[in-house]
Amino acid sequence: MVKRHPVRKALLWGCMTTISLAIMIAVGSRDLAHFDAALVAYTFATLFATFGITYRYTMWLQRPPTAMYWKRGWQMFFKPQRLLTNIRNLFTRTSSDFAANRFIWKRGKLRWLAHWFIMWGCIVAVAITFPLVFGWLHFASVPGSLDSYRAYLFGFALFDFPVDSIFAFLMFHGLVWSSFAVIFGVMLAMWRRMRDHGAASVQQFVEDILPLILLFAISVTGVMLTASYTWMRGYAFDFIAILHAITVIFTLLYMPFGKFFHIFQRPAQLGATFYKDAGATSEQAHCRRCGEAYSSRMHVEDLISVQKQLGFRYEVAGEVEHYQWICPPCRRAMFVLAQTKQWQGNFGDQMFSSMHEQPAAPRFGNPVISEGPLGHEDQANLHF
Amino acid sequence: MPEAQYEFFIDPSRCIGCQSCVQACSECDTHKGQAMIHLEFVNRHYSTQTAPVVCMHCDSPTCAEVCPADAIKKTPDGVVQTARKPRCIACNNCVLACPFGVPKMNSGAELMMKCDMCYDRTSIGKAPMCASVCPSGALYYGTREQIEAQRPRSMPVNQFQFGQQTISTKVHMMVPRTAHPEHIDVLSAMHDHTSGHDIFLMMHDE
Repeated sequence: MVKRHPVRKALLWGCMTTISLAIMIAVGSRDLAHFDAALVAYTFATLFATFGITYRYTMWLQRPPTAMYWKRGWQMFFKPQRLLTNIRNLFTRTSSDFAANRFIWKRGKLRWLAHWFIMWGCIVAVAITFPLVFGWLHFASVPGSLDSYRAYLFGFALFDFPVDSIFAFLMFHGLVWSSFAVIFGVMLAMWRRMRDHGAASVQQFVEDILPLILLFAISVTGVMLTASYTWMRGYAFDFIAILHAITVIFTLLYMPFGKFFHIFQRPAQLGATFYKDAGATSEQAHCRRCGEAYSSRMHVEDLISVQKQLGFRYEVAGEVEHYQWICPPCRRAMFVLAQTKQWQGNFGDQMFSSMHEQPAAPRFGNPVISEGPLGHEDQANLHF
Repeated sequence: MPEAQYEFFIDPSRCIGCQSCVQACSECDTHKGQAMIHLEFVNRHYSTQTAPVVCMHCDSPTCAEVCPADAIKKTPDGVVQTARKPRCIACNNCVLACPFGVPKMNSGAELMMKCDMCYDRTSIGKAPMCASVCPSGALYYGTREQIEAQRPRSMPVNQFQFGQQTISTKVHMMVPRTAHPEHIDVLSAMHDHTSGHDIFLMMHDE
């Protein structure tokens, strides 16, 4: 069997998704009949972003640990005996973790507030802009009724609504509302990044600050367009339109390379939860030093396989077989005891060896103060 | 004049289990309120020996290599940082793969957390919180010249053997100069118990 080169595979997938999107644009806009030629630059930037994102995603999926999780995540999801539970969990986790950003709330309230507003602002903006740019969604006057509009999706009539209605006002200003949400979120995020010493020490301009600047620039120039034609009789509209296009196109081109790529990586979190769910109810791995269960056997075996693919050689002679079969607390104990051993015969430290048969199993120093387990999973990382 | 090269040295045999490092660690700005250092009794029934374990900041970090989300990054100065928050998917691979047993999993936050050598401090030349408060010098941050002058009987080692795998680290462990090992074979302690001296209080009659 001929093994495909990872880059070739990524190029192939990138081309396939880009061509698919181009075909969908042609078909969805009824042979470009509803395609707005003024938005052609946005379309090409989107096609480039689609290629870049697919390319990077395919390369990412081919890394040994990612490939393992991708495969296992789907296997565990479609396991017949777990499928119904998984579908239910998919809905609950999508709503709590993705729609409500529950896990970001746990990471920090301010971080959550900023992320939630940015995320929903962007989702609304994308849901409005992309179908309009691709010509999938358009509005036209209802024949014989000048005060009504008709919405079309992929060329099919959807519904009519009065031009002067509140609904029309809210919908036609959807990008304004989304801009307000993004601007508010970006300001909170910038405020946090400027004040938080921890964030300040590890943040990078390209990775953490530039995305915020781009989102802010898109939102502000977008709102300026509305302000120009609503209150300023179109003053500097062309200039603002070009400025807005530059910010959007730059962001689309940046998307595959920078922080925004996490939007496409994040759903992998769902696969990890299904994998862990299946692991919790399956056979456990017991430490070959202390005998305590510390993870699922499946996870340990998968990790051994991944480490071998990555070139690590943690194989151990004898009954242990592989270092991965030692639990994390015992690893910490051995690390320290190995140093103790160095001092033996040098400056008098002695080992207890005759008093008990089991090797030392370290115990957590003080469960009361702040170093306690960070959650139910972390308990397996400590001997209680 | 060249800038002083500060390094992190650990010497678990000096640890007195005072918990100062734990308290100080929890004050670090990069993981506020939660200590990342591990401090455990090696075998509390028989000995007061304690084990302080910080991230050793491997040259080729296994945790980062096995991360499916590519969330663990190393700074140009060799500090392996805690998982990048936008990327970490809380799969637990790093927790299970770290040969030193260092990373912690924060389940609710879906985030791996670990010691990042107080990067907010060390990146501007200050000692990590734990080393700045350790009264016994089990955790020491200073120059090579300083530690050699203060501990003439010890020498730093940063090579660790795990089965067939050798791992070299940014953090050094102090070992006796007379032993002069090229590396520390961690699995040599596979069946070891704890260190100390026998004390029988005879509290109860048999």
